[in-house]
Amino acid sequence: MIRLVPRQSASNGWQVATPLLAVLATMVMGGLLFAIMGYDPVAAIRTIFWDPLFGPAASYSRPQLLVKAAPLILIASGLAVGFRAGIWNIGAEGQYIIGGITGAAVALAVYPLEAWWLFPAMVAAGLAGGWAWGMIPALLRNWFGASEILVSLMLVYVAQRVAAWMAFGPMRNPEGMGFPGSRNLQQYPSAANPELIAGTGAHWGVVAAALAVLATWFLMSRHIRGFHIRAAGIAPRAARFAGVRPQTLVAFCLGLSGALAGAAGLFEVAGPAGQITDKLGVGYGFTAIIVAFLGRLHPVGILLAGLLLALTYIGGELAQLTMQLPAATVQVFQGMLLFFLLGFDLLTRFQIRRRVSA
Amino acid sequence: MIDPLSVFLLLLSASTPILFAALGELVAERAGVLNLGVEGMMITGALAGFAAAYASGNPFLGFAAAALAGALISFLFVVLTQVFLANQVASGLALTLFGLGLAAMFGKPFEGVKAPPMPAGPLDINWIVWLGLAMVPAVWWFLNRSRPGLILRGVGENHDAAHALGYGVRATRMAAIAFGGAMAGVGGAFISIATVLQWTEGMTAGAGWIALAIVVFSRWTAPGVLAGAWLFGGVTVLQLRLQAAGVQVPVQLLSMAPYLATILVLVLISARQKFSRRGGGAAPGSLGLNFHALR
Amino acid sequence: MTANVFRAERIGKSYPGVRANDEVSFAVAAGEIHALLGENGAGKSTLVKMIYGLVRPDDGRMWLGDALYAPTDPRAARQSGVAMVFQHFSLFDALTVAENIALGMENPPPRRELAARITQVSHDFGLPLNPGRRIVTLSAGERQRVEIIRCLLQNPRLLIMDEPTSVLTPQEAELLFATLRKLAAKGTAILYISHKLEEIRAHCDRATILRHGRVVDSCDPRAHSARELAAMMVGGEMRAIDRSGRQAGEVLLKVQGLSQPAPSAEGTALKEVALTLRAGEILGIGGVAGNGQEELLAALSGEVRSTPGTVLLDGRDLSTEGPEPRRIAGLLAAPEDRLGHAAVPDFSLAENTLLTAGARKGLVRGGLIDHGGARAYAEAVIRDFDVRTPGPGAAARALSGGNLQKFVIGREVMQDPRVLVVNQPTWGVDAGAAAAVRQSLLDLARKGAGIIVISQDLDELLELSDRFCALNEGRLSNPLSTKGLTLDSIGLMLGGAHGMEEARA
Repeated sequence: MIRLVPRQSASNGWQVATPLLAVLATMVMGGLLFAIMGYDPVAAIRTIFWDPLFGPAASYSRPQLLVKAAPLILIASGLAVGFRAGIWNIGAEGQYIIGGITGAAVALAVYPLEAWWLFPAMVAAGLAGGWAWGMIPALLRNWFGASEILVSLMLVYVAQRVAAWMAFGPMRNPEGMGFPGSRNLQQYPSAANPELIAGTGAHWGVVAAALAVLATWFLMSRHIRGFHIRAAGIAPRAARFAGVRPQTLVAFCLGLSGALAGAAGLFEVAGPAGQITDKLGVGYGFTAIIVAFLGRLHPVGILLAGLLLALTYIGGELAQLTMQLPAATVQVFQGMLLFFLLGFDLLTRFQIRRRVSA
Repeated sequence: MIDPLSVFLLLLSASTPILFAALGELVAERAGVLNLGVEGMMITGALAGFAAAYASGNPFLGFAAAALAGALISFLFVVLTQVFLANQVASGLALTLFGLGLAAMFGKPFEGVKAPPMPAGPLDINWIVWLGLAMVPAVWWFLNRSRPGLILRGVGENHDAAHALGYGVRATRMAAIAFGGAMAGVGGAFISIATVLQWTEGMTAGAGWIALAIVVFSRWTAPGVLAGAWLFGGVTVLQLRLQAAGVQVPVQLLSMAPYLATILVLVLISARQKFSRRGGGAAPGSLGLNFHALR
Repeated sequence: MTANVFRAERIGKSYPGVRANDEVSFAVAAGEIHALLGENGAGKSTLVKMIYGLVRPDDGRMWLGDALYAPTDPRAARQSGVAMVFQHFSLFDALTVAENIALGMENPPPRRELAARITQVSHDFGLPLNPGRRIVTLSAGERQRVEIIRCLLQNPRLLIMDEPTSVLTPQEAELLFATLRKLAAKGTAILYISHKLEEIRAHCDRATILRHGRVVDSCDPRAHSARELAAMMVGGEMRAIDRSGRQAGEVLLKVQGLSQPAPSAEGTALKEVALTLRAGEILGIGGVAGNGQEELLAALSGEVRSTPGTVLLDGRDLSTEGPEPRRIAGLLAAPEDRLGHAAVPDFSLAENTLLTAGARKGLVRGGLIDHGGARAYAEAVIRDFDVRTPGPGAAARALSGGNLQKFVIGREVMQDPRVLVVNQPTWGVDAGAAAAVRQSLLDLARKGAGIIVISQDLDELLELSDRFCALNEGRLSNPLSTKGLTLDSIGLMLGGAHGMEEARA
């Protein structure tokens, strides 16, 4: 018989090892799945995890890594802060969409004005839009006790419909010959979020993601607010005793994660996506939840996890092209990764001992 | 112009998926388990049910397959939360993300084909709608009048006490989660087999999340779930009617109605709970908490 | 000599790193009230859990009557005729009295019949209960009645009571013992677990004393003094406490007209609480758990803010300030629940200093944490308060109850508070640590601080405090000088609650 014995404190070694184990297990299970579906498992795993970086088409796909990782890391950094406090913002996807819309709205409102302040103003509007969308569940929880999980998630569906409405209605490109979708911001120099260094994929969102990692690391390890957030997640009563108002934390965490998600949305709309369409949300907000957990809610871990999941996106696309793997493969992989991670997590909190029978 | 009876029939149909999923989640939550994977289990059921119905030509076989598939995929959540003691919120999210992906992956071959027709039941109402309505008193009776139901509520209310009295907390919860999975699967299959009549990716469109909100709205009672599901069904039908009538509001804004209504309902019910003096403890005492006994 | 109902022979049980029970042998006779006496951590709980089938012994044997007894789970135990009244964790708040009782029975009769039997049996024993009421609406005393009736309905041969009087007023406890006497007279064997010496001396026929998991003695408790029993339990003489050298000075803390609604359905509202605390003085607040102790501490610590003009320190109104400004002003507190309220279980001791000592010890400046300073302060507390731990990096949850309590109290005391409020400072703490904590409070008062000790341990309150008042359903009585107060008169101050009249009727 096997027995679980709780550890006195979480094991540091396993904290690092479990995400790696989870990735490994996902590859094995994924391979099995491919084999069942009739694909060559080794080739499929190589296509997803190796080829984007080192394969024949790597020069095209490598820059995509930063393009895809930036929004994931930016959003996950904010989410992780809230998750630490036990505040579950799972509507980052909606905040991302709204941030993209409010940011783009600034540019579309003044089009075709060219001015140095336009892009910073768009970033500010993106942050504000995401913040405001995140504050809705925060205030509903603080005032009425409504579950932020369900409200933030419902608002994703609302945001998707706002995006569709914008793309078909108020923001539709007047010169778009009736096609839905806004003007393309990449063709609007003052509003565009271009590649900063050619061939790297690095745009302003990448810079922002790096800053977000640094800032949340500082917040969580050096600042008393971060200490209070961590305390509230483990022992809410102790946090109150220390002087934390739960309402303040709820507003702070949902506001922060909303703002970062909103900024990610703006960088995407002004950069890689280029315009507001009804398909503005591509699931970054949900994948970022996996990134946050895989990164163990730690800024450095999130950085690495964001890069890894970005890799699965690119690899998935590649496998779709070269091996005709279904597009949803990536989603399955990501879900599996989270499963394994949560399962292996047991090892950090418990010791496994064999029961010695007398 | 609007025939009340036909509107009611539409409402019944629109509320059925949520009714099934929410009744299943109600039982799971009464056992103390918060499973946020309802959406994932619904979409799994939607696909499995559609596939089985399409392959066999028998829609009822489809519903049976959907129940089985929902229960099977909920087993992942069982393993994570009951064996590996993982966080229930995170595990539920994982189940939803995984289920959506899995269904999208295996659903490709079924895109564009039509479901076999459903024979109408008594009063020209779908058999599954009848089944859903029958489940309401059945679940109520089970929870409030049967001994296993009493044990299940005890486990959800205070798992330490239930354990101290010798009841199997883990086994009870496993069964409750599996039931929730089967019910969510049937609810999902109703969308694909009986409503839309075909398979499309992501077709549950948040119904699982709405079901979770309905459980809160119900204050954890079966009749409350029925009321919540009908309320939701009513809003959906109204919204569709307005669209059909060509109201001068963009379709996208009208289609927000079910989600906004869900938020509104959630706020009202939470506020009532928060501000009433004697209300308070409607939620099961051990909801969302994991149980680990030292032996 | 009556026959033994239950007998244990050389029972042993180990947990990782702990030998919880070792070679435990004792027997309980029919009609006997048998005390199991021991400090916290002496192994009483593990032993009764084995008898009730919750934990299986590693070695040894048990007999029930003449048959070998090895229950696999509590249901098997109940079927064999063993019933248990728990100290915690055994009632379901949202369920009704009848449902709770049904869950505690193997083959409950149909609903109506069960309700009728509950009404009847509870009246027979003078413990009236309404089977349709939900547990949340009951007082602590009534809740215990539910547990007892649940056992009685099964006509147990052996009834185990785990620290049953810890939530009762002295008068309610008397009622309980009268019930137990009736039961014993019918031939039921009763195993009574407690560390309250006086009640064991007054009511039990035999006592088995446990220390460090072993039986150290077995005696007739009526033939020994409380001091002798304590010595057996602790294994040595108790250190006397030094109360000298204190003088009441100027008024430090003034509380007036403090009323708060109940924070939740289970909470207690505070009603017009008023008190005055002087420098160098210790004010004891007694009362049965759940009469507003936690709420009073929260209102003083600042976790819950009150209406202006209700809490004044040195004449300054702190009523609407949160915990941090109050700490800066010198009003500190140590709540009852060590793990999860006074300390974060998974945080190191160093991090746990940041919960309360950030401002007064300069560990947090401009929002930035001085981790080195926190570590140094934790080391100082560990050293001065003799906290047994590997160091400031140890997680709070890794400490024993007594050591963590010394740390938590030390963390506040070493900040030199003007006023310190503590709730249950020695609850669940071994005798040595309890004495150290009490002495540190007396020393702090000697230095001129004012101290409020909220406790359910009346001996502790009489030992420490200069003045005493009782908290009863959220109302605070007028203070009396502890000189000349007896346990009986205090008991009357605490009484009146919990439907005593109804019970006597």
